[in-house]
Amino acid sequence: MTTDLRTLLIILAAALATYATRIGGYVMITRMKTIPPRLERALNAVPGAVLATLVAPAFFDGGWDVKAALIVALLVGLRHAGFGLIIAGWGTAVLIRHFA
Amino acid sequence: MNRTDIWQGARTGAVVAFSTLPFGLLFGAVAVDGGVTPLEATIMSATIFGGASQLVGVQLFGHHVPAWLVVLSVFAVNFRHILYSAAMAPHVQDYTLGQRLLAFFFLTDPQFAESVKRSEETGRVSPIWYLSMAFVIYVVWVAGSALGAVFGKLITDPKAIAMDVLLPVYFLGLVLGFRRRANFLPVVAVSAAASILAMHTVGSPWHVSIGAIAGIIVAALLPEPKGTKAES
Repeated sequence: MTTDLRTLLIILAAALATYATRIGGYVMITRMKTIPPRLERALNAVPGAVLATLVAPAFFDGGWDVKAALIVALLVGLRHAGFGLIIAGWGTAVLIRHFA
Repeated sequence: MNRTDIWQGARTGAVVAFSTLPFGLLFGAVAVDGGVTPLEATIMSATIFGGASQLVGVQLFGHHVPAWLVVLSVFAVNFRHILYSAAMAPHVQDYTLGQRLLAFFFLTDPQFAESVKRSEETGRVSPIWYLSMAFVIYVVWVAGSALGAVFGKLITDPKAIAMDVLLPVYFLGLVLGFRRRANFLPVVAVSAAASILAMHTVGSPWHVSIGAIAGIIVAALLPEPKGTKAES
């Protein structure tokens, strides 16, 4: 009634593809008998390396409101861990968009 | 012991859920706006469970592109999770098969980042901690999408309340959480530069995987810096 079969099948295929990405790396790595130290260092770098790619283009291509928000968030984040950085960065963007 | 793990996992999950709730709402609103029904939007959140890829998906639905292209695009946006699941291998060794299969379903960006942090702080990522965190994030994500789909018309101007800034700011916070890791600066700098370059040449969403792989190669090539504590 509120969905058609084609859409539903596409969604389920996309869900399967997503699950494959979430388990694929594990399946590949457990096939290896030992993990060379170089590979271990590479895996250790995964969080920083991936997350940086989610931030950098937003900063580079964003307007100066986005740039200012990220810079303020960075400065707050270097001093305090936790939620303050999100509020500070987001608040900066809201203020600029309403008053500048 | 188990009870503190449940509680701590749920608490971390609540903090993550709070910052992802706006995106759940936004996703629901955008999906309905693009011609997806509220039920379909909710099913997407419940089965794909990946915000950015879901947004790409509904945008393609709106353009009536072939089905395989929608699936491939979702796969491309989520490709980075392959790296996460490889890096999670040492942490899930003592999980049962069922726990493992379930845990990988929930392996989102914050789930991965918080798990790595947890193992650095306590030496272990227990299944009960991991799954209670995942459960809170999941419930809030699916409920938020449903709410956004039903009441989405109320958000008239998401830019005015700077919703688009929340995600990069939130990810920046996660990046900073890893700043004491070996070779953090060169890895992040190379990833950032490569992702910007790839964004303007190959285009989105491949800039994520290309940028990440560039940074990871740097980490593999650089020697282990002196004075870094070896991880078990």
